[in-house]
Formats: sequence, C-alpha cells, structure tokens
Amino acid sequence: MTIKNQIKKSFLVSLWFMFLTFPILVIQVNTVENVIKWRWLNMIGVGIGSFFLSILWRYMLEKRPEKGKQTKKYQLFFLNNILHEKKIFFPVIILLSLFVLCFPYIFSMYQTNIMISALIYVMMGLGLNIVIGLAGLLDLGYVAFFAVGAYSYALLNYHYGLIFWIALPLGGILALIFGVILGYPVLRLRGDYLAIVTLGFGEIIRLVLENWNDFSFGPSGISNIPKPCFLGIDLSLQGTTKYLFYIIVGMVALTIFVTNRLQNSRIGRAWIALKDDEIACQAMGINKGKTKLRAFGLGAMWAGMGGVIFAAKTTFINPASFTIWESVIILCTVVLGGMGSITGVVLGALLLILLPEYLRAFSEFRMIIFGAVLVLMMVFRPGGIIKNVRRIYKFDPILEKNSVKNEVNS
Amino acid sequence: MDFDFLTYLFFGGLTRGSIYALIALGYTMVYGIVELINFAHGEIYMIGAFTGLIISSVLTMLGLPILAIVVLSALTAIIYSCAYGYTMEKIAYKPLRDSNAPRLSALISAIGMSLFLQNYVLLAQTSDFLPFPNFIPDFEFWEPYAHILTSPELVILITTVIVMICLTILIKFTKIGKAMRATSQDKVMAVLMGVNINRVISITFIVGSATAAIGGILIACHIGQINFYMGFTAGIKAFVAAVLGGIGSIPGAVLGSFVLGLTESFFAGYFSSDYEDVFAFLFLVLILIFRPSGILGRAETKKV
Amino acid sequence: MKSILKVKNLTMNFGGLRALHNLNISINKKEIAALIGPNGAGKTTFFNCITGIYKPSNGDILISPKGNNEKINGLKPNIITKKGLARTFQNIRLFTSMTALENIMVGCHCVTKAGVIGAILNNKSTKAEERLIIEKSYFILKELGLEIYVNELVTSLPYGAQKRLEIARALATEPFLLLLDEPAAGLNPQETNELDELILKIREQNDISILLIEHDMKLVMSLSDNIHVVDYGKKIGEGTPKEIRNNPAVIKAYLGEEVV
Ligand SMILES: Nc1ncnc2c1ncn2[C@@H]1O[C@H](COP(=O)(O)OP(=O)(O)OP(=O)(O)O)[C@@H](O)[C@H]1O
Ligand SMILES: [Mg+2]
Repeated sequence: MTIKNQIKKSFLVSLWFMFLTFPILVIQVNTVENVIKWRWLNMIGVGIGSFFLSILWRYMLEKRPEKGKQTKKYQLFFLNNILHEKKIFFPVIILLSLFVLCFPYIFSMYQTNIMISALIYVMMGLGLNIVIGLAGLLDLGYVAFFAVGAYSYALLNYHYGLIFWIALPLGGILALIFGVILGYPVLRLRGDYLAIVTLGFGEIIRLVLENWNDFSFGPSGISNIPKPCFLGIDLSLQGTTKYLFYIIVGMVALTIFVTNRLQNSRIGRAWIALKDDEIACQAMGINKGKTKLRAFGLGAMWAGMGGVIFAAKTTFINPASFTIWESVIILCTVVLGGMGSITGVVLGALLLILLPEYLRAFSEFRMIIFGAVLVLMMVFRPGGIIKNVRRIYKFDPILEKNSVKNEVNS
Repeated sequence: MDFDFLTYLFFGGLTRGSIYALIALGYTMVYGIVELINFAHGEIYMIGAFTGLIISSVLTMLGLPILAIVVLSALTAIIYSCAYGYTMEKIAYKPLRDSNAPRLSALISAIGMSLFLQNYVLLAQTSDFLPFPNFIPDFEFWEPYAHILTSPELVILITTVIVMICLTILIKFTKIGKAMRATSQDKVMAVLMGVNINRVISITFIVGSATAAIGGILIACHIGQINFYMGFTAGIKAFVAAVLGGIGSIPGAVLGSFVLGLTESFFAGYFSSDYEDVFAFLFLVLILIFRPSGILGRAETKKV
Repeated sequence: MKSILKVKNLTMNFGGLRALHNLNISINKKEIAALIGPNGAGKTTFFNCITGIYKPSNGDILISPKGNNEKINGLKPNIITKKGLARTFQNIRLFTSMTALENIMVGCHCVTKAGVIGAILNNKSTKAEERLIIEKSYFILKELGLEIYVNELVTSLPYGAQKRLEIARALATEPFLLLLDEPAAGLNPQETNELDELILKIREQNDISILLIEHDMKLVMSLSDNIHVVDYGKKIGEGTPKEIRNNPAVIKAYLGEEVV
C-alpha cells in the first residue's frame, strides 16, 4: 500500500472513531445540576490516537504469522532459549530461588503483601491453565471454587476452630468435589455453552453467599479469620506475613511441579488432544467426559487451596471478593502468558497483578486494559507472550535404542 | 389466589420477556451466522441506553419539544449502537475469522470486548446510576387498565411486536435476509453462490445492535435509571433466553425470552426475589442438560 | 472364512435424508476390503456409524475379533476404539498443537492406564509405561517412514506425511480392523504407489483387517480382496475386483466415472 493510501485510510478510521466516541467520551451530563461538560480534548486525543493506532494495527495484521509457520519464530524468543539450555537454566533457577527466599528480608512488609497476592493469582492461573490451556475448557466460573476454598476455611474455623493446615487440603478437596459435581452434568455441553454455564454457576455461588445470611453471614462477610500459626506459636504480624509468603511460594512451587508433570503425562496429552479435536480424541479411545472432569476437578482444587490462603491472608472475606471479574482477571493472566505454558502463566500473572499495583496512575485503567489485552492477544498473538513449546524426544539413530532425554519444559 | 396479582405477574413477565427478546435476537442472529456467543452484545444495549440519555439531555437543554427529543435521541442511540456493533465485529472478530482461529479464541476476544466497553463507559462517564427521563407518558385512554399493565409496559410490548414483525419481513422477504439464511445454513456454499459473507456478518451485527439499542432505551425509560453494568446481567439473561428457545432460531429466541420472563416473574412473585438470578441460571443449566438444542432448536448431528 | 465385522441392515437417517439404507457388509479376518461408491453415497457415514460417531437409526453392528459376536451399536466412539476398531478421517484430523510423535502417543492412550496420581508421583510403573509408549510410538513412526518428523509439529508436515501420520495414530490403538477414509486422496502417483505397499505391509506386520474407502480405482483394484459398492446408501454390488469390474449395476452407477 502506498503511503498516500495509508494516510487516507487512517484518516478515515480516525474520523470514524471520533464520530463513534463522540457522545460517550466528549459529552458528560451532570443530571443533578443539569449542566453539560464538553470535553473536546478527548476527541482530539481519539482522533490522533486512532490515526496512528490504525497504521500500527494494519501493519501488525499483515505481519501476523501464517498458521503453522509460527512455531519457528516463537522458538527464537529468548526466554524459551534460556529455558531450554540447561547451562543457563540451572543458574537462573538457583538465582531465582535465592531471590525469592530473601524477598521478605530485602523488601518491606507492604511489598511482601503485594507479592503474596500476586502469587495467589499465579497459583490460580496455573490451576486455570490446566482447565483452559491444556484441556481447552473455557471456565468462567473459576472464582466460585476460589470462594468455596475461602469460605470453607472461614466457616470451618468459625464453627469448629479448624486450623489453617487442615483447612488447606480440605478446602482443595471440597472445591474438587464441587468441581466434579458441577462438571458432571455440564461438561457434556458444547464448548461455548460451558462458558456461560460456568459463568452462571459462579454467579449462583456469589448470590447464595450474599443472600443466605444464616450460612455465610451475607454481604457483611466473615472477619477475624486467623492467619496460619507456626508450630503452635503465634508469630508477630511481620512474622506471619513472612511465613505466609513462604507458604504461598511453596504452594506455587508445588503447583508448577504438579502441572509440569501432568502436562507431559498420558493424562496431559489426552487433555491437549481433547482441546485440539474432540472427535479425533474420542476416536483414539479417550473418554471425553472423564478427561474433561479430571481437568475441571484438578483446576478447581488449586482454586480452592488458593481461596484458603487468600482467606488467611486478608483475615476477612465477603462475597464482593468473588465476582465474575475475578474469574476474568485470572483468565487474562492465562491468556496473556500463553495458554498451556507454565512459565508464560507465571509471568503473565506477575505482570498483570504487579504492574497495576506499582503504577498507581495506571490502576484506574486496570480493567479496561485487561479487556484490551484479551482482544489484542487473541488477534495478534493467540499463543501468549510465551508460547508453549512441546517436549522434544531424542532418539539415538545408530544404536536404534532410544534414549529419552527429558528436556526442560516451559 | 388473587387474580389481579396473577395478571400483574403475567404482564410483568411479558414486559421482562420483551426486553430479553430484543437483546436475545442479537445473540441468536449472530450465533446463527458465525457460531459465536457475542459476549459483548449486552454492552451494545448499555451503550444504546447511555447514548440515548446523553443526547436527550443535550437536546432538553437546547429546549427542543419533547417529541423531537424522543425521536432524535432514540434514533441517535440506535445509530450509535449499530456503529459500535459494526466496529466491534471488525476489531475483535473479523481478524480471528481471517486467521481461522479456534472458537475458544473468539470467545475470549468477546469477553475482552465486553470488559473493555463496560470500563470505557465507566471511565468516560460514571460508575453511578444515572436517572433516565421517562419519555413514555401515561396514556389517558389506558387509565382503566393501568393497574395491571402500565403505559410504559404497553409501549414496550407493542414496540417488541413491531420489531419482531419488521425482522421477520427482513429475514423472510428481502435479498439480504435470504443471504443471511443461506450463510447460516452453509457458509461455503453461500460464498460459492456469490454471497458476500463479510457484508452479511456486518449487517447481522448491525441489525442485532439496533434491536438491542431499542431494548436499552425502553428498559431505561421503564426502570428510570441506567448504569455501566446494566448490560452484563441483561445480556446473560437474554443469552439464557436465546439458548432456551434454541440458539440460532429467531422465533426460538422470542419464545425463550417470554418463557424466561414469565417464569422469573412468577418465581419472584411467589417465592423470593433474592434468588431470582439464581433461578434463571439454574433454569439454564437444567435446559442445557435435558434439552441442549432448546425448545425450537433442532438437534443436529455434526458432520464429520 | 471367519468374519470379524458383520453389519446387518444398517440404516442412517438425517432428518429426511436417508444416507444409509439397509446396508449389509461383512469383513473377514486379515482381509483388505474396499468400500466404493460415487460422491455422497454414504461411505463416510458408514464409517461414522460403525465407529460410534453417529448413532445409527436402525440395524446391527457386530464384531467378533475372537469368535464371539458382540453388538457395538450405540456405544461411544472411545469404547469402540478400545474394542479394536480404529479409523482415519477424510479431512485430516490430527492434533495440531502436538508433535508427530505425541500424536501417536495419544493413540497409545487406550492401551495404557497411568492416571493422575501416577503422573504426579511419576513412580516406577508410570515411568515404565511412559517409556513403553515412547518406544512403541517411535516404532510405529518408523514403520510408516515418518521418523524424520519425530519432533515436528504436525502442521509443518507435508500433506502426504500428515495422511500417513493419521494411519500411524490409528495403528497405535492396536486395532483388529483398520478403517481408512480415502487414504490416497490428494497424494501424487508416486505417493499412491507407496501407499499401496504400505497398506499391504501394515496388514502383514500387524495381522489385521483393513477396510478402505477410496476413489482411486487403480489402488482399490490392486489392493482389495473384496469390494463393496454403495450408491445412494444402498449396496449395489459386492465381489472380487474382477467381479466388480464386470458388474453392470456398478458400471451404471459409475457412468461417467472411470472404472479401470
Ligand atoms: N451429519 C450430517 N447431517 C446431514 N447430512 C449428512 C450428515 N453427514 C452426511 N450427510 C449426508 O449424507 C450423504 C452421504 O454423505 P457421506 O459423507 O457419507 O458421503 P461419501 O460417500 O463419504 O462421499 P464422498 O466420497 O464425497 O466422501 C450426503 O448426502 C451428505 O450430505
Ligand atoms: Mg466421504
């Protein structure tokens, strides 16, 4: 396309967007005082912005890799290279673990608290990654299982004085049971119906928590949930924060370990096959329902445990923490990072949760950016920032005896 | 049982159903053609209501007569909703279609669009509820029946019927309607027969958006306030209605909407309005489990 | 001879369309049979019915891999695959986000059994099973001459290799009857010749029966022991290649299409 054409096209786009955003972005009505605020500056901004963005948009669309050819390009991505080179991988892992271990001693308690929240999201993202990234089931009610975990700890503690360490596995198991009970009837549905039904389920749980006062204390929620205690000793506030930090780090490590094992196992391959082609998957002798249920239940379990930790961290929960948008944020971390890729999800979650925390000016725009991220990622980079790279199997051609080398996987 | 209460609930349910129907049409038409649940459809309905409010406030301050205000703001709202629907399709869905992306991607893109539009209105306007002027007067001739069915409700019902008739004519008797039907039956064949698929899809989004905008303005008049979040729940409910009736089927969407509206109304009247939404979702789950193709949908064997 | 698959009066309706009409077909042990017929005759529908993807409207499907008749109509596709019927698809349906080897490893799913716990703990038996899967998959890959693509994503494979990979994947389920839906479609003459040998080799090495749908008459005539001809969902002929070549009903159905 010639430059003249480009400019003409972008000019038209920019006119169109100025028209489109005119009433909502320019006019603001104050219905109480009956005055209208005209914000012409916004219009100019939209005009200029959309002019350049449309050029960028078209350029990016053209540069979009052809289907099937994209893999080579992704493999050049430096992070993957780092992760696949053992010489680099191990030092990086050791440095990273050292950094994580020292984190609460280097940074303030405030930072540590933020990091704990971010790591809860990492854990949930990794759990949802099993459901969406591996098995391809769009679960929009994921937060319901988070709520199940959080409320089981809060309620069991309130009524029976159950301690954190018992509640943690119990919350996971309860969420898993919930997942299986919901999943059993629902997983037979077509993919897109599943999204709506799980979304509905998430809302049902929230509404029940909000309205069933006798059970859940309604909108006012439950407070004074104890933080975990260390060998029966009550720690100082700072001590518990550090302790909680190590707990969540441990849980994240466990999650990474488990999902990594799973994704390269017989079950993991069945999940991916199911995502790629349901009919061919069944023709390989894979039980569709059972395979889906496994993914759904396991995903729910991590959310449940995340919920227990969340309740212990905030010491107060109410239904407002479990809206559908929470599910969407977790979805966003998985999509941004790269569906199916563990490193991707970890990075995606850290990026999405930490950036708005540190860029305060930016946090107002958090949700709108999440929305844009979802759309843009799907349009330009459906594989996420770090695409899942399949495991490489090495065979020795001369000896004809295969020596399977397990490459480090992302 | 009180007969008046019964009729009150009945007409309440019909009104509710009409609004659901106006939104559900968009879902079902888009689904029929591109097999995509357009999550952001509820947002179009919300944008319609907002545009209507903004334009009518401006016109009121300019001192135009009430009739002119109503007509102009309704028209602008419809035009803007259509424009948003059209643009949304071009940005969030068309590139995915061009690259043959899996359905999961399109669905995620749709959720992103919904989140984006909601927060766009939230940031550009307000997170508070805005009062919406009641454009629909209480008709005098309707006075005797007003205790069961208010004038606004009457207008909603009549408008819905008119929209349905127009839509039926559009789909059954016009050239573009024929192209739509062809596309929804067999896309490849339609292309071979010279149907411009992209145009058909754009028009489908535009028509769906227009009906949603009409719904948005009507409900805003009826309830008297709007909020950036209004599209979300309404959108989900309308989707439930569309699935109930058999997604992809236009009469199905209308029927499903009325069934959902009525059952909800009776449920809220006789049991508890706290659990009204819970009930709607449970209803959806049960329908999908026992009759996934909906009331009027056909159970089709997918070609392998 | 012993038949391993008996289809009796199979009928399949799609709304008003009767795609299959009282079809009777029987396949013998170690036989290569062909199912031919003009476009839209109902051949793929027949495959879909016996592999459980469609639920037949009427009729019986019986298998007897070990001499005992067993009815399989109405069973789920995965159960049928477990019982020993494996298939390929007319339009390639590989798992596109996996490598060639992994595609075959998925095929091994129904003959292995490691579960979630096993995968997480990675205990001795799981490790051994996983090793077995890898070895077996690689063996099959080599059998079909695809070993150079081991770790390639399937989308980057040439068309012919993708078609062969589908056969490999089906073989991994250890079937007693392999159903191939147009294996030669889209292949060049040389590839078709290779396919001819490959199919014979597969039968010998795995000791199985093969039923193939094919439009390439040369391939059909040279390979098959027995040919079944359908048209408009009805069977119009059956016999050896020689008999079919001289069958007037078949010639009539194929009028305009070349019968070599
Ligand atoms: N799921 C379905 N729904 C409706 N009609 C179907 C379905 N599957 C197949 N048909 C119809 O059944 C008939 C037989 O189709 P089938 O695919 O079995 O033909 P075929 O013999 O495999 O043809 P080809 O050689 O072109 O592959 C066709 O008219 C087809 O349109
Ligand atoms: Mg066929």
